[in-house]
Amino acid sequence: MLQIKNLHASVEDKEILKGINLEVKAGEIHAIMGPNGAGKSTLSSVIAGNEAFEVTEGDIILEGEELGELAPEERAHKGVFLSFQYPVEIPGVSVTNFMKTAINESRKAQGMEEMPASEMLKKIKEKAELLEIDRKFLSRSLNEGFSGGEKKRNEIFQMAMLEPKLAILDETDSGLDIDALRIVANGVNKLKSKDNAIIVITHYQRLLEYIVPDFVHVLHDGKIVKTGGKELALELEEKGYDWIKSSVEK
Amino acid sequence: MELKDKLITSFVAFEQGLTGEHDVLHNIRLEGLKTFEEKGFPTKKEEAWKYTSLNSILKKEFTILPKKEVALDYKEVKKYFLSDSDTYKLVFINGIFSSHLSETTHDGIDVCLMSSAMNKPKYKMVIDNYYNQAVDKSDVFSALNSAYATEGAFINVPKSKVVSKPIEIIYFTTLEDQALLTQPRNLVVVGENAHVQILERHQSLTDSNVLTNSVTEIFAHKRAICDYYKLQNDLESSNLIDNTFIKQKQESRVSVHTFSFGGKITRNNLNFYQDGERIDSTLKGITLIGNKQHVDHYTLVSHNQPNCESHQNYKSIYDDNSVGVFNGKIYVDKIAQKTDGFQQNNNILLSEKAAVYTKPQLEIFADDVKCSHGCTIGQLDDEAMFYMRQRGIPQKEAKALLMYAFTDEVMETVKIPELKAKVAKLIATKLGVSMGFEI
Repeated sequence: MLQIKNLHASVEDKEILKGINLEVKAGEIHAIMGPNGAGKSTLSSVIAGNEAFEVTEGDIILEGEELGELAPEERAHKGVFLSFQYPVEIPGVSVTNFMKTAINESRKAQGMEEMPASEMLKKIKEKAELLEIDRKFLSRSLNEGFSGGEKKRNEIFQMAMLEPKLAILDETDSGLDIDALRIVANGVNKLKSKDNAIIVITHYQRLLEYIVPDFVHVLHDGKIVKTGGKELALELEEKGYDWIKSSVEK
Repeated sequence: MELKDKLITSFVAFEQGLTGEHDVLHNIRLEGLKTFEEKGFPTKKEEAWKYTSLNSILKKEFTILPKKEVALDYKEVKKYFLSDSDTYKLVFINGIFSSHLSETTHDGIDVCLMSSAMNKPKYKMVIDNYYNQAVDKSDVFSALNSAYATEGAFINVPKSKVVSKPIEIIYFTTLEDQALLTQPRNLVVVGENAHVQILERHQSLTDSNVLTNSVTEIFAHKRAICDYYKLQNDLESSNLIDNTFIKQKQESRVSVHTFSFGGKITRNNLNFYQDGERIDSTLKGITLIGNKQHVDHYTLVSHNQPNCESHQNYKSIYDDNSVGVFNGKIYVDKIAQKTDGFQQNNNILLSEKAAVYTKPQLEIFADDVKCSHGCTIGQLDDEAMFYMRQRGIPQKEAKALLMYAFTDEVMETVKIPELKAKVAKLIATKLGVSMGFEI
């Protein structure tokens, strides 16, 4: 599904990603862990096409197609979804209206008709139930005055609505209490299928108890320095990131 | 002949043509002319006009007293109205009342013509008590209007009357191949506990030059509520000097929302005078312009009594070579303790050639008050743009949504749903998008 080859990326001439190689197949869940400043959020931004970062070398290939030149919205239309660490507040635009716009713009880009209102409503209802989201919540302005947990739950609600091929969850566990974490993880697990893939970016292994990865990658100083199964996350938790740093430097 | 000379030399003949006016008007006209003669049109040398030059408009050869009545077909101008039926309407074409397009009333309230108030004996008291009483006599454009004004809207809402539907005041201009100076004059009196909603617009139907010098006086009595909206979306050959003066008595609430989307040069002089306790004044605006358009908001809130509030919030978006000015003055008298004055002016510049000048001006003579002001000038938030585009919303639409979100604090207090929808649609049109929902 996704192939990343020797990816280098910079922001304001400072190189953050220094040669990432990663392959994610359909049906897989990959976790990317690492200390602060390792480049985790940069990697997710670059895959999604954030123009604040400059790709200086390497390729990002989704289902055989090079994403490099595509705008963020074009990547979204091809099925890339990023759950933001810090979702942005959009006053005056309700969650429902935002989702209608996003879905219909994607359909327009694919040459499809707008989704009929009844189908849209049904879908919204179904996905809101999945994430245990109250109806009233959906008519509120997007992310405005939402708690940290509400913002994250709303991100996964949007993921459920958009049904991406590749979902990247950037620090989705931060700001979530244990109940919200369970609801969010449960939602993600239900959205998981053999045809899509998920990349979970996290600092702690807590979330990985609920969303169990097939592979765990450790990112350090812009490179993947270790790859293993789900037990790697536990080992990392136990030994701390200094263990990685010292083993890399050896 | 220069416009100033023309206005001075034409006055005597103009006044001789008026018959049957209340006596008091003669002196008001003379006084206005005298002020205009002394001061003349303002130049950029004056502090209040530092950023707005009228040179380019004043050079034209103006028609100042159009006589010919013009008829318009409702179908042609329908789109400028709020709705088909549910409003009172006062419509003027080249300064002359159009009874055909209007819907006036004297049933419990007066929604009628300024010329009636100026001539009919039954309104003599109204003219004596209110006409020119809120106007700043030193203001030269208001003075010029006082000298020449003969027509406009007269709205009188008696005590405890809640006007069931909005009142629309529309001024059309239709002259071909000649510049037109038009000077409408509106008077609104809202009685104790009464409530009224008013929408005013000026619309040119041809691309001839137009200079509108409009004066509106609003008197809100004890506990009265008046929601006033100005929709400025005129052609780029039109210029507007809008002078609005509002006098409020205790516990009254008056709001003015100004939507400035069109015109070449627009100057909004908006003045609130609080004359009682626990008064609430709201001044809000959305400015969205491009090309070489110029919009200048010049506001004054005069807190003269204790325990009053004012809320000012102006959101502006400038593209191309457009220029914006915001000058907001809050005056707090020494007896106006516990005043709560709020002022906010946020600007987005979409082009490197656009410019905005923003200046808060606080004059506070009381010691126990809360006054805050803030202004920001920025570009569109890149992170927010990325967020929306990541969800599949294309750049242009994402930009429009962000700008719509930027104006939300102003939109949320618009109390006429149809107007809100119309303004949202105008914003979308200005931004060149059509949204899948009513933003």
